[in-house]
Amino acid sequence: MSADTQQTPLQLERATTIFEKGSPGRRAFRAPELDVPAVDGLLPEGARRAEPPRLPEASEPEIVRHYVNLSKRNFDLDSGFYPLGSCTMKHNPRLHERVAALPGHARLHPLQDPLRAQGALELMFNLQESLAEIAGLPHVSLQPSAGSHGELAGVLLTRAYHADRGEQRTKVLTPDSAHGTNPATVTMGGYEVVKVALDDAGGVDLDDLRAKTDENVACLMLTNPSTLGIFDPNVEEMAKIVHGVGATLYYDGANLNAIMGYSRPGDMGFDIVHFNLHKTFTQPHGGGGPGAGPIAVSDRIEPYLPRPQVVRRAPANGGPPTFDLDDDRPKSIGKLRGFQGNYGVFVRTYAYIRSLGAEGLKDVSEVSVLNANYLLARLREKVGDRLPLAFGERCMHEFVLSGAVMKKELGIRTVDLAKRLLDHGYHPPTVYFPLVVDEALLIEPTETETRETLDAFADAIAAIVAEAEEDPDIARNAPYTTPVRRLDEAGAAKRPRVRERLARSGDDA
Amino acid sequence: MAGYTAVTPEDLATMLDAIGVGSIAELFAAIPAGVRLDRTIDLPPGEPEQAVYAELRRLAARNVSAEDEITFLGAGMYDHYVPAIVDMLMSRSEYLTPYTPYQPEVSQGGLQVMFEYQTAISELTGLPVSNASVYEGPSAVGAAAYMAKLANKRARVLISRGVHPHTRATLETLAVGYGSEIVEIALDDALTDLEALRDALCDEVGAVVLQQPNFLGAIEDVQAICDAAHEHGALVICAADPLTLGVLEAPGNQGVDVCVGEGQSLGNRLDFGGPSFGFFAATERHLRSMPGRIAGETTDVDGRRGFVLTLQTREQHIRREKATSNICTSQALNALGGVVYLSWLGRQGIVEIGELMLQRTHYARETLAAIDGVSKLHDRPVVREFALRLDVDGDGGLRRVLERCATAGVNAGFALGSEYDEYRDGLLVAITEQRSRADIDRLAEVLAVAVAAERDAAEVTA
Repeated sequence: MSADTQQTPLQLERATTIFEKGSPGRRAFRAPELDVPAVDGLLPEGARRAEPPRLPEASEPEIVRHYVNLSKRNFDLDSGFYPLGSCTMKHNPRLHERVAALPGHARLHPLQDPLRAQGALELMFNLQESLAEIAGLPHVSLQPSAGSHGELAGVLLTRAYHADRGEQRTKVLTPDSAHGTNPATVTMGGYEVVKVALDDAGGVDLDDLRAKTDENVACLMLTNPSTLGIFDPNVEEMAKIVHGVGATLYYDGANLNAIMGYSRPGDMGFDIVHFNLHKTFTQPHGGGGPGAGPIAVSDRIEPYLPRPQVVRRAPANGGPPTFDLDDDRPKSIGKLRGFQGNYGVFVRTYAYIRSLGAEGLKDVSEVSVLNANYLLARLREKVGDRLPLAFGERCMHEFVLSGAVMKKELGIRTVDLAKRLLDHGYHPPTVYFPLVVDEALLIEPTETETRETLDAFADAIAAIVAEAEEDPDIARNAPYTTPVRRLDEAGAAKRPRVRERLARSGDDA
Repeated sequence: MAGYTAVTPEDLATMLDAIGVGSIAELFAAIPAGVRLDRTIDLPPGEPEQAVYAELRRLAARNVSAEDEITFLGAGMYDHYVPAIVDMLMSRSEYLTPYTPYQPEVSQGGLQVMFEYQTAISELTGLPVSNASVYEGPSAVGAAAYMAKLANKRARVLISRGVHPHTRATLETLAVGYGSEIVEIALDDALTDLEALRDALCDEVGAVVLQQPNFLGAIEDVQAICDAAHEHGALVICAADPLTLGVLEAPGNQGVDVCVGEGQSLGNRLDFGGPSFGFFAATERHLRSMPGRIAGETTDVDGRRGFVLTLQTREQHIRREKATSNICTSQALNALGGVVYLSWLGRQGIVEIGELMLQRTHYARETLAAIDGVSKLHDRPVVREFALRLDVDGDGGLRRVLERCATAGVNAGFALGSEYDEYRDGLLVAITEQRSRADIDRLAEVLAVAVAAERDAAEVTA
């Protein structure tokens, strides 16, 4: 299980951008012929661009070769194990890409008359119903574009709910283990963040929660299972405390993959839930999006949902139902974005739910939890003394190891372990998150990995730890085999260079 | 069941044994009985791949897409040709399946794409710094107004009525959160009313928002708006149509501080409204308060050129409640489509496609306005979209005209009355490089018949 420390061919190439390729006058695009009479002077003085933008000048083969070669400098889920905690890097079925590309979906204009977009609206309506059932909450808006956008929707819904009751609340509670998007969202929603401490088991400290919950609290935002991979057993009591002062309970659905078919946020007492369709429902992550962050809400929040809502109308004569967009929602918080949301993501999610059904979704959660616990068991057996589990004995779909012992005893940090994993051909887990664990390593294998992959990954971690017992410098200087090695991030931030230097106009003539 | 899991009975036995439990159910013991679901989720059973394909195909067939009709529908998203290399590159595993490049050593492909994308957006907008994408157009304006508020601490935003109605609605929604007051500036004959703008400007205004070309297709006097706003220390946020920026002056060269917009017209599909991407570019002084990911150039320990996510201390995963935005996942794959498209179009192509739209739009506008009962809603210069007035009875009449056109296989455009009470007889017509002169002539023919039929019917009723 030793990994290379030798240079690789990719490292010999200097990175050159598309702007450094091609040659003046070269092109890929051929414009359709001008088939109308050319007229001069259509643009007013000063409106016409003086100098064309300095875009690349390259042939189609050059562009293809550039971006294909560039793609080889990426690690991707289709090539290898990607246990990035809290991100649910599960297999992306290619069926989803095929159906999303059907022209009836892909070339449908968002402002098409609803009567001529019945397939899309039926799909969205059915997806709303499915997500409502999975969440255990009756009403869904598909509009938010990502998890953080769903969170913002939730905070604005909370504000609208309280305002409608004549209340002006000022604070939102989040536990220490929350995703960074939670507190950032609270600020953008105009509330003050109040942190709630964790207890010794990694759950929310109920005494601290009680102490901080008063009539000024608008909402508690919670992830359950938490980012520690622990299902908080006190969730019913928390709901009681928070609802006791009239506040709402918000569920960050980032970890929904762990509990489908076993428990539903609505049944836990949550008022608002967001889904990450790019996590639980396998929209490909795209190198950082696109995603989608639909929300499900309880009856009392429903009047404030974003507009438009997709609705089903049953005709009076008993014919087949029609689907429509309902913009007439007087109490709505309004719009969070243009049009109806990331429909292409909805198509993929719909295909996924239709493929798996109720049993398949439950299987997803069972195997994700099984895989995580198995990998945890293998790691404890091999390196448990160096990389202990941060909290508890078992986990849900992910778990957090602490690298603090390894750092103290072997002199390598979590970042070193992560970088050395790259030489073994793995994407490292999430590192240094959650913040409540020193030298954290957050591992989420997902349900689509085989036992052999989990075994091999555990062996790789064990090999790195064993290697560090002998010579910690190997990990400290890793990686060795990647297209580039450790990069100067501090320098990049100090002297930001965020665009290619281009020749001034005329220089290239 | 079509699943993607791989646990055989032998695997299961081995795994449970290693964990030290007797069943999978034991692993869920932490979930208290009171919140446990005691039934199966109520969803239809799973289907094999070919059955799911058939169902999604059935749903697709119930939509009338741009493939099925000659469409002049625009109003924020446009039916441009998406070159094959965009599809090919966006579907490559190496771009499709990784996540945010947290490990730069194995993410140089994605990071360099971001860097190239930022360069292209900077060039298009004439502004020195760009981020790596935000969700889409309208929310990009909301994000820009938030950044403006962080920059000058002023809580009033003036927005032109010429800005896309979805953008105005989105800004209203988001501004409730960050406590900004939104004031609309009226139009004067289809352009932002400069007098009204000057009257509304004062030292409490943090930002002025305009759109270029505006929702009615008219070209705004961006320079004049910037001059007026800057006199009072307000920032100017311009939502621009990126595909017009080969022929229209770059907003950054006209004084705009923040240029954002909907990126769909750059190599992204219509997709019934998303996913596409929003672009976000600004002057240098805003670099450290921009939302979203930014790729920066650096070197590795051996001196090789490389790229990283930079200025991360702006971001939610580091700064939490003090972050300049809550955005995490954005639209990296769609932005890749954008930069591949811009490379394909190239320095000459971006001008040529703009010029083609300009000429065909002029031709379409004159041809349609010559129809009996059809006139121009305004005379302002336009690039790719224009507004007409139909002399039919209110928006009921307009709806029937559009229905007649649709029955003849032509989508004539967007009925302005659904968003503008003052233009209940207004029709917004969009032109792309995919709409030939023959298509425009066909629209003219169909529209003339439809308007005449409506006017005849109205006469009979009267």
